[in-house]
Amino acid sequence: MSIQEFVEKIKNGEINIVEHAKNVIEECKKINKEYSYFNVISGEAALEQAKDLHKKIKSDDKDIKNKKLLGISISVKDAICVKGVESTAGSKILKGYMPLFDATVIQKVKEQGAIIIGKTAQDEFGFGSFSVNVGLGFNVPKNPFDKARACGGSSGGAGGITKKAPFPHIALGESTGGSIACPASFCGVFGLCPTYGRVSRYGLMDYANSLDKIGPLGKSAYDIALLLETISGFDSNESTTINNPAEKYTESINKTIKNMRIGIIKESFNDIDKNVEKNVRNGIKKLEDHGAKAEEISLKLPIEHGISTYYIIATSEASTNLAKYCGMRYGISEKLEGSFNEYFTKVRSNNFGAEAKRRIILGTFARMSGYRDAYYIKATKIRAMIVNEYKKLFKKYDALLSPTMPITAPRFSEIEKLTPLQNYMMDVMTVSPNLAGLPHLNVPVGFENNLPVGMMLTADHLQEGKLIQLGSIFGN
Amino acid sequence: MKVEITKELIEHVAEVARLKLTDKEIEKFSKELKEIIGVFSNIDKVDTKNIEASLQPVELKNMLREDIEEKAFSQEDALSLTEHKKGGYFKGPRAV
Repeated sequence: MSIQEFVEKIKNGEINIVEHAKNVIEECKKINKEYSYFNVISGEAALEQAKDLHKKIKSDDKDIKNKKLLGISISVKDAICVKGVESTAGSKILKGYMPLFDATVIQKVKEQGAIIIGKTAQDEFGFGSFSVNVGLGFNVPKNPFDKARACGGSSGGAGGITKKAPFPHIALGESTGGSIACPASFCGVFGLCPTYGRVSRYGLMDYANSLDKIGPLGKSAYDIALLLETISGFDSNESTTINNPAEKYTESINKTIKNMRIGIIKESFNDIDKNVEKNVRNGIKKLEDHGAKAEEISLKLPIEHGISTYYIIATSEASTNLAKYCGMRYGISEKLEGSFNEYFTKVRSNNFGAEAKRRIILGTFARMSGYRDAYYIKATKIRAMIVNEYKKLFKKYDALLSPTMPITAPRFSEIEKLTPLQNYMMDVMTVSPNLAGLPHLNVPVGFENNLPVGMMLTADHLQEGKLIQLGSIFGN
Repeated sequence: MKVEITKELIEHVAEVARLKLTDKEIEKFSKELKEIIGVFSNIDKVDTKNIEASLQPVELKNMLREDIEEKAFSQEDALSLTEHKKGGYFKGPRAV
C-alpha cells in the first residue's frame, strides 16, 4: 500500500490508527531482535500519539483531514532529539539523555500527524561509513539482504528499517559526508540529502556544523519528496537555515525529464566494482530512454582531494563539538572527584568509542597551532574551490551522476580488515557533494548477487525538485 | 607539509583534547594517523593562492530575531538531567 493510500484509509477510518500503531511497534520489536535497527523503540510515546490522533479523527477535527503524514510511522536517527525519548547519537557518553524538547524536524512531522516509532542505530555521532563504529554497548545494524553484511553508514538503522518495514514508513536520517546516500545504496532504498541549510538542524546533535544535513530515506521518490517538503524551511531557532519557503517537492514526481542534461562523472568509475558500474550504466540508459541527455564530464579536484578536505574539516569541527560532553549537565556522569580537567578526561576516555577518539585526535591536530594553516585553513580554501568547480558544471547540467558507493554492501569480516584510511576512502563519491552543501539523491538501480546497487544524482543548491523529478523514473 | 607523527605527538594531542589513552591506544592511533595524515598532506599540492577560506558551503545572511523574551526551560527542568546538582545549580568538579 502506498503512503497516499494509507493516509486516505486512516482519514476515512478504514484503518484504525491505534490498532495500526500497536501492530507497527510489535513488528519493529520483531525486526529489531534479528537486525538491530533501533537503539530505542518508543512504543508508549507512539501509542499516546496514536490515541490523541484517533480522538481528533473521531471528533471530525477540521484540521485532521489536511494532515499530510497522518498515521505514517517515522523512525528517527538517534542524533536527532525527540522529547522524552532517550537520544544518544549512538554514544555511551549520552546514555540516559532524555531531551526536554523536540528538534524542529520532529515538531514539523508531528504537526502533520506522523507517529514517531523510535531512534535508529548509527555510527557513534555519525563517525563511519558502515554503522559498525557504534558506541560502547550498542548493537551493529545488519543489512536487510544479508545479515553478514553492513547496512552502510552512518544512518544504517534508518536504511535498514526503511527496506524491511512491512508498514508505511519514512525515515529521518542525517548526512555529514554521505550518511544518507551510503546506507540508502547498501539497503536498496531512496535517500535524499538536501542542500545545506534547507532543513533546520535545531535539535540535531552536531557532528560538523558546516556539513550536517537532516534528510529523508524512503521506499519511493514520492515518500522522500513528501517528508522533505514537510521538514524544509526557515527556522528562527537555527541561524544557518536558508530563508526560502519550503517547495512542494511532490509536484516534481513524474514530471517529464525530456532534455534534462546529465553530466556523468567519468572519474567516479575508476577502480570500482564492475558489477556496480554495469548497473549504474543501465540506470543512465534508463534516464536516456526517458529523454534525458547524458554526456561525460570531468570532476577532477573533488575526486582527487575531496576525501582529505572533507575529513580535515569534519574532524576539526567534530573535535570542538564533542568538547561539550563532559559528564556534568546531561548524559553519562561519573563520581565527582579530582580537578575539572581530570574529571572531564575520565568521562571522555571511559565513554567515547575508538573512532570518536581517533577523530577527536585528528581534528584537534588539524586545528593546533603550527598545523592549522597547513590543514584546517587549507582545507576550507579547497572546499571553496570544490564549490566553484561544481557551480561551473551546473551552468550546463541539471544534475551530475555517479555510482553512490564503489562497492555493494560489504561483509563485516571484510570491513574488519580495512585500515581507518581505507574506510575513509570508501566515501570518495559522497564526500564532495556534502562538502559543497549540494543536494544529492541515491536511487536503487539494480541488484548484483542479490545485493542492491545505488546510483547518485547531485544537483545545484536548492534544486532538490530536479532530483525528485529524475529519481521518480526509478520508483515513484 | 611534512609532519613526523610520533607517539609523543599523539599523546600530546590527546592531552590537549582531554583524552587519556592507554599504551595500546597510543601505539594503534600513532600507526593509523601516520598513514592518514601522510595521505591528507597531499592537499598542499593544491594551489590555493587568492582563495578565501569557506566557513560554510552556501552563502548565508546573518538572520537575527527580535530581542524579545521567550519561554525557556525552567531551572528545575534544566537540572533534571543530572545527578550532580546542589541548591539549584549544577555541581562540577573543582576548577582550581
